[in-house]
Amino acid sequence: MAGFVARRIAKGILVLLAIVVLNFFLIRLAPGDPALVMAGEAGAGDEVFVAQLREKFALDQPLPSQLAAYLRSIVGLDLGYSVRQQMPVATLIGERLPATLLLTGTAFLVSLSLGVLLGSLAARRAGTLADTAITGMALLFYATPLFWVSLMAIILFSVRLEWLPSFGFETVGAGYTGLARAADIVRHLVLPALTLGLFFMAVYVRMTRSSMLEVSRLDFVKTARAKGLTEGVIQRRHILRNALLPVVTLAGLQAGTLVGGAVLTETVFAWPGIGRLMYEALLQRDYNLLLGVFVVSSAMVLIFNLVTDVVYRAVDPRIEVAR
Amino acid sequence: MNNAVPLSAPAPARRRGPLAAFLRHPGAVIGLVILALVVAAALLAPILYPTSPWRMVQRPFVPPFTLERVPLGTDALGRDIAAGLMHGAGVSLIVGLVSTLAALVIGVPLGALAGYLGGRVDDALMRFTELFQTVPSFALAIVLVAILQPSLSSMILAIALVSWPPVTRLVRGEVLSLRSREYVQAAIVTGQTTFTILRREVLPNTLSPIVVLASLMVATAILLESSLSFLGLGDPNRMSWGFMVGAGRTVIRQAWWITAFPGVVILLTVLALNLIGEGLNDALNPRLSRER
Repeated sequence: MAGFVARRIAKGILVLLAIVVLNFFLIRLAPGDPALVMAGEAGAGDEVFVAQLREKFALDQPLPSQLAAYLRSIVGLDLGYSVRQQMPVATLIGERLPATLLLTGTAFLVSLSLGVLLGSLAARRAGTLADTAITGMALLFYATPLFWVSLMAIILFSVRLEWLPSFGFETVGAGYTGLARAADIVRHLVLPALTLGLFFMAVYVRMTRSSMLEVSRLDFVKTARAKGLTEGVIQRRHILRNALLPVVTLAGLQAGTLVGGAVLTETVFAWPGIGRLMYEALLQRDYNLLLGVFVVSSAMVLIFNLVTDVVYRAVDPRIEVAR
Repeated sequence: MNNAVPLSAPAPARRRGPLAAFLRHPGAVIGLVILALVVAAALLAPILYPTSPWRMVQRPFVPPFTLERVPLGTDALGRDIAAGLMHGAGVSLIVGLVSTLAALVIGVPLGALAGYLGGRVDDALMRFTELFQTVPSFALAIVLVAILQPSLSSMILAIALVSWPPVTRLVRGEVLSLRSREYVQAAIVTGQTTFTILRREVLPNTLSPIVVLASLMVATAILLESSLSFLGLGDPNRMSWGFMVGAGRTVIRQAWWITAFPGVVILLTVLALNLIGEGLNDALNPRLSRER
């Protein structure tokens, strides 16, 4: 197991390196002088700073040395400086990261558990009204634009019903501490996490349902029935456990989409995470910050993929993970 | 986005033409009708609303169903919502179709080469594909459009660049299984070039799964397009559904209709394409749908 994890980490680092190289070329795609692009254009007036950037990233030297200089700064966790926000990019992202982890983590857990629950329910009652209702709902959520359903949720639950707050991470100036603060944050978390999770719930419902139907036709299920096991045991131990494997694989693949979706959710709900930071960077055309968020969110996806790989191994001990 | 999960209800397997099988699928027919309406809206927009959808035609915040001249009301700047919806249809359809075609142009050759040549080429190409699958695609699309400057073509390019990996994986798998077939082996023995074999013997047989995947990809591309436009990354000269939702966002408490209508239209269009994709899947891959 330790060897497996080490190999996966090594592979992840390689992928991350490739993404950093991609980033390097993206900066050069932007119109104008890369130094000015990194300075965030507005800072163009500050000649000294631009000259510093030019020297630090070896911009007056051939492309390979430029790439080496860029890699060196990234390895040192230096993502550059955001002139617009007057702060290092790494610090800005570090401040916002916990909120995003809380949001995407909650959305992931809620969507996966609800999706598997509803999907297995639909599979067990395949062909009935309950099945039709669940698959129909999944089809609908699968086609719903994330940003729009968030706005509709605000209209319904915040404006009309006044049940939940519509923006922010917590009530500003309320001065809650301890449990009261946690409860306040949870109240703010409900709408963003649920709306972000809807699409993924739909994906997991469809996957679980079809996977369970497929497994339930296999021979070992017949054997279990012939042995006289109760239906509940067969469904849970024999069918669901095996049917979950493709769902876990899919969940790993969806990590990138989840992090990308957070940009929309955080923008709509003014959730102070890196997605919202990306939107702010976009509005101000702060390319350095934009690319910094991109690298960090890619790293998040890589870590998430690593975790799902380990979980996959735990769920299915038969599998000898190759390489 | 992983859209390559055609999970449809088990269809009764009867030997009929693919068209009949498609039309027996009630969802697919509904999808086709909705899509036809969207296409009609796109084609009729310049005739029914010849003036620019950006023009102020009434006072701002006219609620829907009150004035006959603006049936769906106006937005915060007095622009006609119905006109915006009609003009936005064209943008969504063009971006959805062209970016999917571009993704196929990237993905099909890569997948065919990886599957057919195998070995080192396959390894290298699959690593490359994995890289693009790992990167958060929406974030990459945002970065690309922001850097290339928002326009219809940069949006199409960005969406194509983030959506080709599933195509490559699908084509690779199909080609891998076709490569050892006798007729392909026969073509190799007769000394045809790799390019000819791929083009004439192998690729035509991968067509139906590609068509199914492509129809689902158009749906995803339209969702991506509207999300990018919502963030303000759309073509500044063209009215689009995502932009309309984004523009109505700040006044959502006073005027729900400005955001509600464009969103419903996006939802219906994407739903229609997904339904068509499922219908095509049942019609073109009867073996596959029977197994499920």
